[in-house]
Amino acid sequence: MSPILFELLLKSLWETILMTLAAGLISFVTGLPLGLALVATAKGGIAENLWVNRILGSVVNAFRSVPFIILLVALIPVTRLIVGTALGTWAAIVPLAIAATPYYARIAEVSLREVDRGLIDAVRAMGGNRWTILREVLVPEALPGLVSGFTVTLVTLVGASAMAGAIGAGGLGDLAIRYGYQRFETGVMIAVVVVLIALVSLIQWGGDRLVARLERR
Amino acid sequence: MTLHTHPPETAPQISPTTRAEKQSAGDAPVIELVDVHRRFGTVPALDGISLSVRKGEVLGIIGRSGAGKSTLIRCLNGLERPDSGAIRIEGTEIATLSEQALQPVRRRIGMIFQHFNLLSAKTVEENVALPLKIAGVAKAERLARARDLLDLVGLSDKARANPAALSGGQKQRVGIARALSAEPALLLSDEATSALDPETTRSILALLRDINRKLGLTIILITHEMDVVRAVADRVAVIDAGRIVEEGSIWQVFSSPQAQITRSLLKSSRPQLPNSIAARLLPATTGSTAGTAILSLDAAGADSVKAVQASLSALLADGVRVVHGGIDEIQSNPVFRGFLALPSNPALISRVRDDLTARGAQLEALGHVADPV
Repeated sequence: MSPILFELLLKSLWETILMTLAAGLISFVTGLPLGLALVATAKGGIAENLWVNRILGSVVNAFRSVPFIILLVALIPVTRLIVGTALGTWAAIVPLAIAATPYYARIAEVSLREVDRGLIDAVRAMGGNRWTILREVLVPEALPGLVSGFTVTLVTLVGASAMAGAIGAGGLGDLAIRYGYQRFETGVMIAVVVVLIALVSLIQWGGDRLVARLERR
Repeated sequence: MTLHTHPPETAPQISPTTRAEKQSAGDAPVIELVDVHRRFGTVPALDGISLSVRKGEVLGIIGRSGAGKSTLIRCLNGLERPDSGAIRIEGTEIATLSEQALQPVRRRIGMIFQHFNLLSAKTVEENVALPLKIAGVAKAERLARARDLLDLVGLSDKARANPAALSGGQKQRVGIARALSAEPALLLSDEATSALDPETTRSILALLRDINRKLGLTIILITHEMDVVRAVADRVAVIDAGRIVEEGSIWQVFSSPQAQITRSLLKSSRPQLPNSIAARLLPATTGSTAGTAILSLDAAGADSVKAVQASLSALLADGVRVVHGGIDEIQSNPVFRGFLALPSNPALISRVRDDLTARGAQLEALGHVADPV
């Protein structure tokens, strides 16, 4: 591989990492409260409200059912509003984050729902309010699940970011399509695949280690 | 002196409460329930419960699973709401309070659970300190107090441990320390020993009894085991199908259970007719002079038990035999329960009955067996 291609590979890797991490962080910060809201408003939840629950659930389902490539294009006006441009790496972060948020909200919901009701009862019996239950029980007790779910979300984002090449965001997927596929540079294709495997493995390994540490507490 | 009169930030001051103090303070009930109803769907879980618990008292509520006892105890701190009826805790009506208004009331009530319900993401001392954190006590103070309480339950060396590293008995001790940390006036125990082995159960019950004596804490415990009630409670209420079917001091209920459910719950806790006889027992028939009559004999209280023994020794000479039984001591009262076998002769039977009932015993003809026993 030529030094120019190698430099391109590094640049693409950085773009992928940037898109994945930025969209991942945004989806964590917004998806977790959304997941908490889904659990809290569900039947028997700490802030039961079935109407709110149904509306939130429908919105999440709607966003999750749109294929990402469609969402990417459909959200161009929104992206332009937020980032100022609809092109490039930063512009891709907006649709990526918007797609990953409901995805992570559902994953968080599953982990939060598995927290033993007895623990919530114990804190209610102490005179704790909803906020206390959230902070002292739901989030800390579900944390290993929340972290491993976040790992899954990040890996999914690595894959989804490949499509962001469609709006000129770059990244490893874009490199593989333009050089590896369209220009028949098998070497580039293989290099990209190897780097992607390494990246995904690294994310999974880091996530697993963090979960193991949290579970040992 | 009772613990709750101290502000939460002070260390636990434990002084023995004398019986006299306990009784003088026992005028206003800590808990008062009036005609409490609660149904789940069409099934009534609580069907008109009225109950009153004095300060410093240990009340055992016993019943089979599904009798409504869990619903009842959860109504006492508002984890469950009644459909109708009044629930007063230290004079405050809580049945109609909002979840928010309940919070200060709940801080006066500690609760321990069958499955301990310790937070796995927190250390032992953080678990114990949590009620104080909720009450707004500063970190250093609440951790210091948590360590005092862990000392009280004998787990000071486990303060930094994770709850998962503890045995069942240790977990329940942490549960007790946590329930006590905000200096409650009342402790609710929801089947707290049902997941523990017999030896651990005994040590947990001894701890509860000790806490009741030292701190003058009012305790309500629910269980399905009579032995648990016997080990700690002053008084027992038997609940069946959402109703209290029997209520009284432990030794009275043990010596003369009235309801069928109470007798059945007592089966493993007091002498029963031996199987070899029970298998051959025919229903009581009047006038039969063949075979051997079997009677049960119950007596309670020092005077009655003494008189019954004296009377029995005379009857033994006339062919009456004690086939099974003994004297137990419950709440410092001797309780006699035994089974008599005697020739099925109406004159002798009525003599035995008259002699013994005159001395305060209760006799019940169980039937007769064809052969001598």
